[in-house]
Amino acid sequence: MIGRPSVPRSGWHPATVVANTPETTTAARLELDVEGWPGNAAGQHLDVRLTAPDGYTATRSYSIASAGPATGDTTRVVLAVDRVPDGEVSPFLVDVARAGDRFEVHGPLGAFFVWQPAAAAVSGGAEVTGGADVAGGPTGGADVAARPVAEATRPVQLIAGGSGVVPFVAMAQAHADADDATPFRLLYSVRTPADVFFAPEFERLVAASAPFRLDLVYTREAPAGWPTAPARITREALAEAVLPASETPLVYVCGSTGFVERVASWLIELGHDARAIRTERFGGT
Amino acid sequence: MQHLDGNALAGALAEFFSFDVTTAIARCNGCGAVDEFARAIVFTSPAGTVVRCNSCDHVLATLVESGDRAWLGFSGVSAIEVRRG
Amino acid sequence: MSFITRGFGGRSRERDDRLPPGQTLVHDFPVLSAGPTPEVDTAEWELRIVTEGATHRWSWDEFNALPHEDVSTDIHCVTHWSKLGTSWRGVSLDTLFENVESQFDFVMAHSYGGYTTNVPLDELLNGQAWVVTEFDGEPLDPEHGGPARLIVPHLYFWKSAKWVRSLVMMPRDDPGFWEQNGYHIHGDPWQEERYW
Repeated sequence: MIGRPSVPRSGWHPATVVANTPETTTAARLELDVEGWPGNAAGQHLDVRLTAPDGYTATRSYSIASAGPATGDTTRVVLAVDRVPDGEVSPFLVDVARAGDRFEVHGPLGAFFVWQPAAAAVSGGAEVTGGADVAGGPTGGADVAARPVAEATRPVQLIAGGSGVVPFVAMAQAHADADDATPFRLLYSVRTPADVFFAPEFERLVAASAPFRLDLVYTREAPAGWPTAPARITREALAEAVLPASETPLVYVCGSTGFVERVASWLIELGHDARAIRTERFGGT
Repeated sequence: MQHLDGNALAGALAEFFSFDVTTAIARCNGCGAVDEFARAIVFTSPAGTVVRCNSCDHVLATLVESGDRAWLGFSGVSAIEVRRG
Repeated sequence: MSFITRGFGGRSRERDDRLPPGQTLVHDFPVLSAGPTPEVDTAEWELRIVTEGATHRWSWDEFNALPHEDVSTDIHCVTHWSKLGTSWRGVSLDTLFENVESQFDFVMAHSYGGYTTNVPLDELLNGQAWVVTEFDGEPLDPEHGGPARLIVPHLYFWKSAKWVRSLVMMPRDDPGFWEQNGYHIHGDPWQEERYW
């Protein structure tokens, strides 16, 4: 809080901005070089801490768009930050931060909202087994070591609203890098074509050999010739665009609180097992 | 009032625990539901963080931070299951 | 290892001698909440004062028939913001406690939604606290505690329970919700009684 010196804490790393480039009309892509970064699984997040000259600090969580060792450079971390009007941290990261600036990051964080390719899950996936879903409930009695394997073979449905796509670009990249055979689909709701994050990356991912399909839904303005008029996603549109419950997909949903609530309740109405749905809501600032 | 998922607490709780509490499983004292912390509902405000059961809204845990001190309450859970290995 | 980030100033902060130590001035009205905003229908709403011997109840209409006062006061939140000269309208706790008999010296305020906070009775009487239904001449927004909230302006604002439902007399100063979880049992902003 105000005027209090912050105490050293474990897990915090000094980060240097390598590049800050516009990602959409309201968002920036930040490439960071993080001292001592141990790498991260696809879908994890980190906390950013900014410190003002009077000692005031502000901390916010951001999903990581890059997946650790697969990038080949484990100290490089990519974020994509959407500017929250009247926010305290995101306007700094989007509009002010430039190459050479330094702040602190804490992470990688969260072993729940992650996906790893089958090979990684078998060999070295221990750190991400905790959040695995097990049929029959959280204490379903399955052999712990077997859980990530079972998870990695389940088809994956990703559903993103706006900047909620950030962890999914990491998952889709990890999937493509491993040439993983798991069926992968992303349903991505954006306002306009200019609001699509990671457009060139997604183009490459769709073309890659790992099975990945992208379904875009435009809510305000669609590209010329787009087959459907722009509209908020409906239950019916969701039912058509996502893997059916009968295929028992793992479903990841990330977006604003309202988006996630709507989508998660529809998924349950469509017969998806609540335990196979993982959500990540963001509040912003 | 917007809320987040338990998953969002990974950073705050990593300050106090040597394992990822968000993937630990807890039993709600209110309704008996057994679930991962990552699936709980989290309300954050500058006053503190309140973790509520996603089945019954019962308060599972609280976190109050003041810079050099922090208070972590697990008044609403009967136990936390931690997996080894 | 913390270091200053170039270009980050945080929120702008103003000083004023009406501010208790460690407080800064705000002009908006930040919302603090420990849970979902309860939707309370005034047709169902009631206010209760519960003692060791009796329960006093007011329906919405009965409450509105009580004498009301306009209150202009500064409020101080433990999260370091203060707001000066806020305007409220409601019923003084002196009025509500007029016919209440109790041997107990402490009060637990309970809210719709389950929130609780403790205050000594003698800090609620003598023009120190109100149950208010209006802010700035308008009905109180649900997110700011409507339809009715307690205000105890001389204590940190978490003591001013939103969505107040009952005031329960108790023999000891038992801690309420935030007081059990790190915040000070009393909460005087001029003494900076923020935490244990």
